[in-house]
Amino acid sequence: MTGPLLIAHDLRRTFTSGGRRVAALDGVSLAIAPGETLGLVGGSGCGKSTLARVLTRLVAPEAGSIAFMGDDWLALGGGRLRTARRHLQMVFQDPLAAFNPRATVGGVLADALRIHAVVAKAERAGEVARLIDRVGLPSDLLGRSIREISGGQRQRVAIARAIAVRPRLVILDEAVSALDVSVRGRILELLVDLQRETGVGYLFISHDLAVVRAVSHRIAVMAAGRIVEEGPAASVIAAPSSGVLKDLIGAVPRLNGKPA
Amino acid sequence: MTVLASIADLSVTYRRAPRAALSGLSLDIKAGEILAIIGESGSGKSTLARAIAGLLPERTNVAGRIDWPGLDGAPRAGRDIGYVFQDPGSSLNPVLRLGEQVGEGARRHLGLDRRAGEMEAVRLLGRVHLPEPERIARAYPHQLSGGQRQRVAIAEAIAARPRLLIADEVTSALDVLVQAAIVELLVELVRADGMTLVFVTHDLALASGIADRVAVMAGGRLVEVGPAAEVVAAPRATETAALIAAHIDLATPPLVGGAP
Amino acid sequence: MSFLRRLVSSPTGALGMVLLGVIAATALLAPWLSPGDPLRIAGPALLPPFTDPALPFGTDRLGRDVLAGLLHGARTSLIVGLAAAAAAVLIGSVVGTIAGFAGRLVDEALMRVVDAFQIVPGFLLALAFVSVAGGSLGTVILAIALSAWAQPARLVRAEVLSIRERDYVAAARVIGMHPLEIAFKEILPNALPPVLALAAVIVAAAILTEAALSFLGLGDPNVVTWGSMISEGRNVLRAAPFLSVIPGIGLVAAVLGVYLVSEAAGEALGRGGRP
Repeated sequence: MTGPLLIAHDLRRTFTSGGRRVAALDGVSLAIAPGETLGLVGGSGCGKSTLARVLTRLVAPEAGSIAFMGDDWLALGGGRLRTARRHLQMVFQDPLAAFNPRATVGGVLADALRIHAVVAKAERAGEVARLIDRVGLPSDLLGRSIREISGGQRQRVAIARAIAVRPRLVILDEAVSALDVSVRGRILELLVDLQRETGVGYLFISHDLAVVRAVSHRIAVMAAGRIVEEGPAASVIAAPSSGVLKDLIGAVPRLNGKPA
Repeated sequence: MTVLASIADLSVTYRRAPRAALSGLSLDIKAGEILAIIGESGSGKSTLARAIAGLLPERTNVAGRIDWPGLDGAPRAGRDIGYVFQDPGSSLNPVLRLGEQVGEGARRHLGLDRRAGEMEAVRLLGRVHLPEPERIARAYPHQLSGGQRQRVAIAEAIAARPRLLIADEVTSALDVLVQAAIVELLVELVRADGMTLVFVTHDLALASGIADRVAVMAGGRLVEVGPAAEVVAAPRATETAALIAAHIDLATPPLVGGAP
Repeated sequence: MSFLRRLVSSPTGALGMVLLGVIAATALLAPWLSPGDPLRIAGPALLPPFTDPALPFGTDRLGRDVLAGLLHGARTSLIVGLAAAAAAVLIGSVVGTIAGFAGRLVDEALMRVVDAFQIVPGFLLALAFVSVAGGSLGTVILAIALSAWAQPARLVRAEVLSIRERDYVAAARVIGMHPLEIAFKEILPNALPPVLALAAVIVAAAILTEAALSFLGLGDPNVVTWGSMISEGRNVLRAAPFLSVIPGIGLVAAVLGVYLVSEAAGEALGRGGRP
């Protein structure tokens, strides 16, 4: 397809907190091209999680528009929205909370396949096996409860669930932040591999600039509900213009020395 | 440097657990040093921290000894050791005003009366660089941000002027900007008061920026200990080398190119 | 230790299980322990207990065997108790889930209905229903269920309101799951545990309500129940107190058994359950 995969324009959303109105999104506009990873960084409270929830239609914006795959994303509702959702998936920060406590690994994947009839019923089991293998997990995990497996394994299952329905865009909201350091790198490699293979686009949200830099083509920086800086990953990091980005660069811990 | 605590052959197995959480661990804590304990989840680092502080649950199987040559006798609960937990949300009492909680330690262990305790609480809140400490003293935990709550927890931990401060994954739930600030605060406090700091974390880079010595744990065992710069430059244990290899910072070559 | 072992290891649990076990056994085995119609005339009227080995608990005013009544009455009490509690929990769960999940107007409307059912004292509601609908086992069960469903509804709704905000419900929406499936497959099963604890109390209350309805003569006249036996014995309370006391003891044992087991179950879950 030609043209951007996702265009968000002037999104606004406020919340009342402690009697005050807080602008979680204060006119956010961004665009993601097909097959591209846009990294979104910012400190806590900058609005990046609200943006994720607005893009996935979990929260309604008060103003602004979203065009996804050429359609008016906000205008969809009911059954048409549920069908269209297959192309915009999300991976959450807390892999344990993102699953029904009673779910099994295989059950979670089968549900996703069933809801969107990705393959014929007879082929579902085979597709589940293919998915679990694709994310690097052994097939004997399929019968296990979600609570029995490790955090890294759970996040792989979450990624498998997201790609099971063959989306065009996946939003990753702090997807590796809760994982051990040694596991993070492998999950990031998996995500990049999947992108090369399927051409899926990512919106990679994190407060950890180093992780974002590792996987993003372009980076956008958010602060106080606005995008304050944006551009190709390498150039933005090499020559930051916003104070927020400079602070984020300075806060990245480096081995063998104190952060600059 | 004199030795504050000497741990000899410590083994800990939780009740009804199939495996030991710690086995045969021997380590000295030197007075006045910043010692980082590094490990992934399940390595036993939090168990070690709790064992040192005497915070293990009842009926936990403990073998080996911890001697305190740097103190006169065994450490007094709440007095000689300050403990800061990972989740400030659950270590602060949600129904008590912050000034009361912070002042409690000072009142009890320094023998201050109510009025003096209140003033000391305000002083401590200012010491951890919270703005408007009088207002914060009257506030409740839910009114503060995560980073602010962690500062309060630190203030509470140092209220009784302990010799040893243990920070157990205190930055893991915070974003990088706040993380850097909290770490800076801890270093400032311990250097000013001559406290010993045991800093438990999964982030080797973060630790290597502040620690004098680094102790690396894996699978309940201590696999390496030594000066921070040496351990990072020339790791002897495979687990340490793996942690170093898994580290991602802005200098790490990215996994993607400039465009999809 | 498995859940069952923990359950019987405490004195509360052990005693409760024994009581319930005995009652359940008699309920199941009644047709074999005491064959024939318990309402038939078995001997001379008002025979005191322990005088005739064939009629160990004596007979009532019409000469019916008290022991047979006790054994068969256990069936009625347990059947009504369990069925009514199950119906109350089922109705309450469905209403509570819909209210909690749909929110806003639907929630408001359903909660006003729940309010209405809670304001009327449960027993009077059951009484009124049975008076109008006639006394049969089915209407008695329905009447008790109607008097008891409001509390499970509130409990389920509260749980659903909390679970609705969790990440896995958001994940289900993002995947495109139909709202009905989310409500009944993702949320409701996770909302049930507190309701199941309440269910035990509802069983006990149902047994007592059934006894009270039968006592007032509003139950099923073709079935022997402990309540009707107590009512029968009322007329000769001074001369033959055993006619009311014996089924009364049966009721106490049943209700006590249910409470003890639910207490012990709660403890057993609490101690071993959470990580």
